[in-house]
Amino acid sequence: MNELFIQIVLGISIASTPLIFAAIGELVVERSGVLNLGVEGMMIVGAITGFAVQFHYNNVVLAVLASIVAGMMLATVFALLTQVLLTNHVATGLALTLFGLGVSAFWGRTYSKVTVDRIDAISIPGLSDLPVVGPLVFSYDPLFYLSIMAVSLVWYFLNKTKKGLILRAIGDNHDAAHAIGHKVVRYRFLAILFGGAMAGLGGAYLSLVQVPIWVEGMTAGRGWIALALVVFASWQPFKVIVGALIFGGISILQLHAQGFGVNVDAQYLSMLPYLMTIIVLVTLRVRSKSKSDRVMPHCLGKVFHSTQ
Amino acid sequence: MIRLQTRTNNSNAMVFLSPILALTLTALSTFFIFFLAGVDGFGAFYVLFIEPLSTKYNFSEMLVKAAPLMMIALGLSVGFRAGVWNIGAEGQYTVGAIVGGAVGLYFYEVEGFWVLPLMSLAAIVGGMLYAGIAAFLRTKFQVNEILVTLMLTYVAILLLSAMVHGPLRDPDGFNFPESRLFHDSATLPIIWEGTRVHIGLALAVIFSFLTYFWIKKHISGVQINISGSAPRAAKFAGFDENKAVWTSLLISGGLAGLAGLLEAAGPVGQLVPHLPTGYGFTAIIVAFLARLNPLGIIFSSLLIALTYIGGENAQITYDLPSSITSIFQGMLLFYFLACDVMIRHKIIFSFSKNINHE
Amino acid sequence: MKYQLELNGISKSFGPVQANNGISFAIKPGSIHALLGENGAGKSTLVKIIYGSVGPDEGSMKWYGDSFSPNNPFEAREKGVAMVFQHFSLFESLTVAENIVLGLDDVGLNDSIVNKIEKYSIQYGLSINPHQVVGDLSVGQRQRVEIVRCLMQNPKLLIMDEPTSVLTPNEVTDLFVTLRKLAEDGCAILYISHKLEEVRQICKHATILREGKLIKNCNPQEHSKDEIAEMMIGKKIIKLTRKNIKHGEEIFSINNLNLSSEDMFGVNLHDINLSVRKGSIIGIAGVAGNGQDELMRMLIGEDRAPHSTLIFKGKDISKLNSHQRRQLSMFFVPEERLGHGAVPNMGLDENMLLSRPSSSRMTRNHIIDWNQVRRLAKDVIETFNVLTPSVSAEAQSLSGGNLQKFMVGRELIQSPELLIIAQPTWGVDPGSANKIHQALTDLADQGSSILIISQDLDEILSLCEQVHVINNGKLSPSVDMESNGLETISQLMLGASIQ
Repeated sequence: MNELFIQIVLGISIASTPLIFAAIGELVVERSGVLNLGVEGMMIVGAITGFAVQFHYNNVVLAVLASIVAGMMLATVFALLTQVLLTNHVATGLALTLFGLGVSAFWGRTYSKVTVDRIDAISIPGLSDLPVVGPLVFSYDPLFYLSIMAVSLVWYFLNKTKKGLILRAIGDNHDAAHAIGHKVVRYRFLAILFGGAMAGLGGAYLSLVQVPIWVEGMTAGRGWIALALVVFASWQPFKVIVGALIFGGISILQLHAQGFGVNVDAQYLSMLPYLMTIIVLVTLRVRSKSKSDRVMPHCLGKVFHSTQ
Repeated sequence: MIRLQTRTNNSNAMVFLSPILALTLTALSTFFIFFLAGVDGFGAFYVLFIEPLSTKYNFSEMLVKAAPLMMIALGLSVGFRAGVWNIGAEGQYTVGAIVGGAVGLYFYEVEGFWVLPLMSLAAIVGGMLYAGIAAFLRTKFQVNEILVTLMLTYVAILLLSAMVHGPLRDPDGFNFPESRLFHDSATLPIIWEGTRVHIGLALAVIFSFLTYFWIKKHISGVQINISGSAPRAAKFAGFDENKAVWTSLLISGGLAGLAGLLEAAGPVGQLVPHLPTGYGFTAIIVAFLARLNPLGIIFSSLLIALTYIGGENAQITYDLPSSITSIFQGMLLFYFLACDVMIRHKIIFSFSKNINHE
Repeated sequence: MKYQLELNGISKSFGPVQANNGISFAIKPGSIHALLGENGAGKSTLVKIIYGSVGPDEGSMKWYGDSFSPNNPFEAREKGVAMVFQHFSLFESLTVAENIVLGLDDVGLNDSIVNKIEKYSIQYGLSINPHQVVGDLSVGQRQRVEIVRCLMQNPKLLIMDEPTSVLTPNEVTDLFVTLRKLAEDGCAILYISHKLEEVRQICKHATILREGKLIKNCNPQEHSKDEIAEMMIGKKIIKLTRKNIKHGEEIFSINNLNLSSEDMFGVNLHDINLSVRKGSIIGIAGVAGNGQDELMRMLIGEDRAPHSTLIFKGKDISKLNSHQRRQLSMFFVPEERLGHGAVPNMGLDENMLLSRPSSSRMTRNHIIDWNQVRRLAKDVIETFNVLTPSVSAEAQSLSGGNLQKFMVGRELIQSPELLIIAQPTWGVDPGSANKIHQALTDLADQGSSILIISQDLDEILSLCEQVHVINNGKLSPSVDMESNGLETISQLMLGASIQ
């Protein structure tokens, strides 16, 4: 098999995985009606936490768990402020990102010149040795498979369970959900925590798999990309994977573009996903007027006041 | 469980206490973080907040940083009052720099007092048009401006990179991705001898007063407020909602664009890929800390600029990463938002399982 | 016998407003029991108490003999209380089946549910497709989803809040078939409505509320419509207090105004015609929800009317916005104070700017003259006795009555030639209400015209020399007050069709 081709495919999957984690987490949050602009902050906190724990304890499982907890802790701050104290979502989310970037940089200052053992690709007995398919599909690191599983679980949760149904209902019409007696704040709080966990996980992937080093600000805006991804995917779980592959793929192709004799075009190519996201947004709106087809959670961004 | 109970009257005491409380809490928390990290708390504190004010150089650098923050925040505050969430000021800033910078480069080595104003005008128009995209999409299609402006920010940054790698690249620059250095007529005049403080600061302060008077004295300024607070009342008064959206986005886009050019033609001196340094996002914090008041923005931009300088100093003195300032800024905003809640509400801790409370 | 639901001495206040005052009645199992009363009579509060959304201040309830005090809707549903909300509580992006599952406790989403839904829908003649997305359904279909959702809980008491206000006559007939079947099967129905005709068709029991108190429990089919109307609306004495009634030529007219409401729960306006002469006070009576909101929006200019439907002083103003109408000396006071007639968190002085014709000189070349604004604000406050600590006190800090006085005063000092005002004294203390009424009559005495839209029949009858009734988007011609005026008005208000 063409070595370069395999390398590219591998590269794309590695580039996509952190996006998948962060985006699937934010998708759940947004389906419940909340817009959390703090994804970037939660991701990078996960990155440094995972890295630091791996450095000190050389225990991959512990490191990953720690990064999840770190993301959730930051998410708790956001949830408390926006759901209980009813602070402004936009400002709070931004503060979260800023704070996360700062805390991670501060903590990470002693780790800038060290490396850790990265999480290696695993080989699944039998499957990894298959010709063609083996190296292409069955030779990734465990977190990659975990990300696909997470997406599947989220899909199952949202579409096949009662609690997932309630969450979707809250994002559609939080007043009606409240009138029926469902606990809006509780669901949103938990959704936000889940988003934090996933963002933390995505961040850990960066520092433990993609490049097993720590660099200040290493998320490089992926948290913001994850936000775009959710919209691009029309808030549908499996489309997140497609979108992540596209966004991730573009960044990999851009690296190789030089080799293909393309230079300036790389930036314009990179613009495409963002422009497409805007087009998706417009199309959704135009469609939803004529079909009363609500793809975007109707209560996204609206403040919930529980009144008597 | 924590519960909020609305007060019958806004607490005037909290209006003053809240920022003080927030600052105090932030200071204590920062102290605590330093302590945990084994850094000398008092020393770091001095370096972060006192030292920037102690030397002419530091103080002037603070002013240099405050200028773009002030300008962008002013524009944003107008929008936020109207409920228009422009998160993409960073993108409009970048586009302003590109367009204004391109004009300056077009007239490279052409002398004349009109070059700079022309560049500024181009930057303002550029920023306005860029923000106008979001205004159009919102008024025509009700598309959320948060996501649009955010996406456009990325496009703008990529566009800058494309420009300095290509059409705007310095032909004598050994293929580095940067433009020529702006010539004299295209560089901002310094208003404080011996420092980098340029005319941008004066402009920003002037805009601050202008915005203040506009919001207070011009009917369309009042309309912005009303549209954001009570859209139905705005309709009742005969105000056009779409006008408020366009006005807000054009103003914030124009000001952000101008700020971008002023940075490029001032402290930086040329167009480089890393021109956008996050002012567009930090300005959002500046606006909220000032409770969206144009005059207050003068002070909050100085405060935030102070933390930037402090952060740089901390890097030098204590080998702390400069994004220590981000910790401070983020925390300050958290505490501020939380404390401000207490102006309108009382916070009640209760454990009773009541009817109709969650 | 055991009653399905008994209420004893239920009282509930919200601040100074007493919504329910010592209400006691009982609902027999399997009966269709009406809860009658105008808006503001206390019906929705009572229902919220039964459903567990709100707790009573005093009083108790019994459910089939046992003590009953639900802490939340979940507990009420557990006992067997189901409710179809007036504006529904449905989720537009979800399917019918998903919506139903959300309203049921201990039920998951699977095939057996779908089968159950189909079974119930056939059994009760409520055809719905479980797989359709609710957003695509008509109002009538959505109501059926709401009802099926309730029925699947096997309720013993089904509460229906104004169920027919959004249905076509055919749909109403179908609904009644369903309700009768339900009652036969042992489910009691609490039918909330102000539509007398329908109630008399389907209910053998009724409880009538007025101003928070229970007026009577009776069998509506045993009383004449006039008797019931009088119980619901109260005995009104027609008294005119105007000294100086002089009419001039027509100053304002509405001509063949038709409107299809975009809002699903909105009311379509049909062929509205009205003529207002100089110096007259015209009243439009009607229970809320019959098109008043839509009409008011047209009159203010928040929604644009079709060409040539609104003529003021000879000009076609149909397409003008409210500010332009004010320039012509047409002024408005809307029903909703905070959020519509006034900006809650702004001062009274700033709120003056909502109504700012050039004649007020509050702005000059778009620049605000704050001295003038404050002067006018003070004028209003002093003339109308608005109790407030200062001219810049926030609108939301004022009591309802004082804010209403301010809003009325703000328009009156502009010396309007035409004032259009909706619910002038709703939620206002008697003293302030009096002041407002006096101000209105004084205004008309000076030659201005006033159009009052109100639910309060007392108010309409004491102020207006010409009365129309609005019902289901149609406006009646002027009611002849000489012969049986009050009865005609009551009947029109309570559902008799307007020819």
